[in-house]
Amino acid sequence: MDMHVLLFALFAVGAVASAVLTVTRRNPVASAMSLVAHFFMLSGLYLTLEAQFVAAVQVLVYAGAIMVLVVFVVMLLNLGNEHRLQERSSLRSVMGTLIAALFAVQVIITLLAHPTGMNAMSPQALTIGTTESIGQTLFTTYLFPFEAVSLLLLAALIGSVILAKRHVK
Amino acid sequence: MEWTKLLIWVAKGAILVNAMLVSAAYMVLAERKIAAWMQNRVGPNRVGPWGLFQSFADVIKLNLKEDIVPAAAHYQFHALAPIIAIGVAITLYAVIPFGDYVIIGGHTIQLGMAPNMNIALLVILAMTSVAVYGITLAGWSSNSKYSLLGGLRSAAQMISYELSMGLSVVGVLMLSSSLNLSTIIRSQADLQWNLFYQPIGFLLFFISSLAELNRAPFDLPEAEPELVGGYHTEYTGMKFGTLYLAEYANILSASALMTALFLGGWDVPFLPKLLGLQPGSIELALLQVGSFLTKSFALVFVVIWVRWSLPRFRYDQLMTLGWKILLPIAMANIALTGIGILLFKH
Repeated sequence: MDMHVLLFALFAVGAVASAVLTVTRRNPVASAMSLVAHFFMLSGLYLTLEAQFVAAVQVLVYAGAIMVLVVFVVMLLNLGNEHRLQERSSLRSVMGTLIAALFAVQVIITLLAHPTGMNAMSPQALTIGTTESIGQTLFTTYLFPFEAVSLLLLAALIGSVILAKRHVK
Repeated sequence: MEWTKLLIWVAKGAILVNAMLVSAAYMVLAERKIAAWMQNRVGPNRVGPWGLFQSFADVIKLNLKEDIVPAAAHYQFHALAPIIAIGVAITLYAVIPFGDYVIIGGHTIQLGMAPNMNIALLVILAMTSVAVYGITLAGWSSNSKYSLLGGLRSAAQMISYELSMGLSVVGVLMLSSSLNLSTIIRSQADLQWNLFYQPIGFLLFFISSLAELNRAPFDLPEAEPELVGGYHTEYTGMKFGTLYLAEYANILSASALMTALFLGGWDVPFLPKLLGLQPGSIELALLQVGSFLTKSFALVFVVIWVRWSLPRFRYDQLMTLGWKILLPIAMANIALTGIGILLFKH
């Protein structure tokens, strides 16, 4: 058995398992920690697909962000009463199941349409995931969207500073 | 061939993890000895000559202690937190190159687990951002107000200082144009150390590492007078020991990183040429590893020195320093580096 395939299968199963845990755990911290595990599994998947930069950034950006989420959970939610967080309406779960089923059907259709196209990795994949190639593309082909996004982030940054400063006299 | 490769890997890993854990245990002793020396005391001197076996006595004691988990604790997370802490600490060592390479019996052996990783620097930053989990979970799961306050403080502190830490290495990145630690070290060969080109970057990295490590003067998460012991108040036995070991292992890895990024890594100026050592020879490899470890432990000494010299910051001072002083300086440093590269490298 190919090492790549074996690792891919391991990470894929892990990713699905931790994703399921994320939505089924009632304790918000347990749920958040499963999400962190899920991101690690995704990062492993990216690594087996030679997308190194994305793999590192996946952990770097999302793991840090979830930490903030955990802090909010600890500070704002009363963790003693987890049963209060239980969903009351069943409408949401029905809709969720429907959408998930739709997505599954879509994935199956895509897989059936390309039964042979997804076996081997294209040789391009070896170079396209490196930091160099992503930097090259970002600063040449996609320079304008990149700068536009950074402006947008700057605006959000200034906005949050102003919101935080409003009450300080 | 495949099997020898695997065997070399396993051997390297075993040596690395054991050496790291023993050094971490001995750093605890070194800290106590140096503190005693600075305060004109004797320090631990009962176990073995000059108290040298104190670390083993400590570890044995911790292992034999009863493991007490508070009744109100979230026991799964209480057990998970030290594992995350030590796991992250060990993972960091995988990307650190302790030397270049050595050729033994036709095998080229890299001196490090994955020293040529293309994304090493990103992995390090990612792992430091995951390191918060160990401490915050330990604080929260203990279900004690001291632990919780310590954990939350540490979360806020580590998230804040991660920014200036990440930005302070951008200058190094720009100079060596690589995320690969081995390449960064090679670009500093023959005393072209980044320390001389990036003095501000080095200072910023050092200060923010102290904050990331929860070391004095930034040790608010475990401030004894206010928080008893901070996030590890409710830990006993080897779980406490593991948290403690992770802390010291992180000090060593931060020092090793500073060595690799700013102090030329394994680079020894002039000496290899003077002695006529060939690349790949065992002598050169020993020299390189020796130089890397000497630099790293010198930095560890500085970290300990700082702890016993400076008083603790107040919480608002800590946040002001991080956000209003270090962060702007780090950004200015990036701009300065860019101008410098434009003027002198082209």
